[in-house]
Amino acid sequence: MSTIKIRAKESNGAVTVKALMKHPMETGQRKDKKTGDKIPAHFIQEVVGKANGTEVITVHWGPAVSKNPYLTFAYNGNKGDEVELMWTDNKGNTDSKKAKVK
Amino acid sequence: MNRRNFLKNSLMTAATISTFAGLMITPKRVVAGWPKESFDITDLGKSIKSVYGHNDLESSSKVKLKVPDIAENGAIVPVNVKTSLENVESIMLFVENNPQPLTSGYNLSSKSKPVIGTRIKMGKTSTVMAAVKSNGKIYTSSKEVKITIGGCGG
Repeated sequence: MSTIKIRAKESNGAVTVKALMKHPMETGQRKDKKTGDKIPAHFIQEVVGKANGTEVITVHWGPAVSKNPYLTFAYNGNKGDEVELMWTDNKGNTDSKKAKVK
Repeated sequence: MNRRNFLKNSLMTAATISTFAGLMITPKRVVAGWPKESFDITDLGKSIKSVYGHNDLESSSKVKLKVPDIAENGAIVPVNVKTSLENVESIMLFVENNPQPLTSGYNLSSKSKPVIGTRIKMGKTSTVMAAVKSNGKIYTSSKEVKITIGGCGG
């Protein structure tokens, strides 16, 4: 199961991409209520958006982005473009997903 | 070598090999361009300076920042930014009263439209600032968001 849900729609030459990623986005400042230990930081640091293989946006996120983060961006493109989204977190995990522009 | 030792050794070798194989298969990646220093700074002014190298900001009505006036849940505050400015290189989102003011940065390309949206956490009521870099200058728009329940505590 991919951690990414992605939708891309064209209107008047502009493609709007909307994406939801499944991720805890742990800040590293919260404490475990039972043990009192700090929960280590675990968050997405980078999201790269591509259209037909070309990078259109590079996003840097800190831990203050909400859990299961949402991202929307737009670029000049067409119906049928292949958009791809890829995230990398601070533990080196990564996931990506492609979608066709409608 | 007796049979028992042989089995023990071969089991350990197998375990070592599979550990190595596991490490090699897992696609570990380190984000090289992530500005750790800027994300760690706890003061808004210093945070802005570390991102741009200066604190030369100009408030502009061409930067449209959309945030709620009141957010009941500080863990999910929707933020949308768009601008009519041209040649936009980047959009940055700062929250003055968060432990670290820099929340996120969006580096655009020549194909991008200067439109971004996300959801952020806010610990308490604070000014949210969107900074847009266009033609080398920084234009901003700020708005206060009242938080009923903070989103950073545990």
